[in-house]
Amino acid sequence: MIPWLSSLAAICGAAGLIGALGLAPPDYQQGEGYRIIFVHVPAAVLSTVAYAVMATAAGVGLIWRMNVAHAVAASCASIGAWFTALALVTGSLWGRPMWGTYWEWDPRLTSELVLLFLYLGYMGLRSAIDDTARADRASAVLALVGVINLPIIHYSVDWWNSLHQGHTLLKFGKASMPPSMLTPLLLMMLAFLLYFGAIVLTRARGAVLRRERQARWIGEIVGVTAP
Amino acid sequence: MIQWLAMGGYARFVWPCYLLTAAVIVLNIYLARRDFADALRSARRRPTAKGNEQ
Repeated sequence: MIPWLSSLAAICGAAGLIGALGLAPPDYQQGEGYRIIFVHVPAAVLSTVAYAVMATAAGVGLIWRMNVAHAVAASCASIGAWFTALALVTGSLWGRPMWGTYWEWDPRLTSELVLLFLYLGYMGLRSAIDDTARADRASAVLALVGVINLPIIHYSVDWWNSLHQGHTLLKFGKASMPPSMLTPLLLMMLAFLLYFGAIVLTRARGAVLRRERQARWIGEIVGVTAP
Repeated sequence: MIQWLAMGGYARFVWPCYLLTAAVIVLNIYLARRDFADALRSARRRPTAKGNEQ
């Protein structure tokens, strides 16, 4: 599964990159500067999708007491944090030439920053509690409470006056982008999501190994026989 | 080529974004692989205990 996801991510990423940096025409207002969106938007989408996956897995772990679900949730956190930071930095580098500022306390930017703090809080809470079962429960509650931030991020551009542009892709009717720009953007988003799947599975595999390292079935898998 | 690299005057904003993205992607692959390798090593070191009564 991981090699498949990785290969597909690499293919989509390569195709998306050719479109993003070569084939897509310059924007009539933003010129070549708009090409930042081909990495900024997929990073931002990944940051929220990772949180949704993390919270869902944490909820499943909390309700059905599934260790694997907690392992998946914990695996999402660091990847989500990295890509949230990336979305903030690339957005900032886009904002400087387009808005004239690296940072503004705009609702979309602020809620994305809150998302980064939620990831960091989740990881901090997990590492602060030695007992794995207690860490699972406490961090799952935090992850579930933080879900409230996801609709705020998404609808912030509708609910408040925002410097950030409105919805381009997820809106009723046609996406407000020509296919020459939309196709590489969708390919890049797909590549990022496939990549996320591969990394989460790799991390979750490690997390399960660590949690269940004393179990007999793990011993059989890794080639350690019972004494 | 030079014209393409100049990105219409936005090179100092566009290229750092792409370089940072590449760095984050590569770093996360490295961290995930290292984490898995560590977990595997630690699982191999420890004798099995739980579940032996099966």
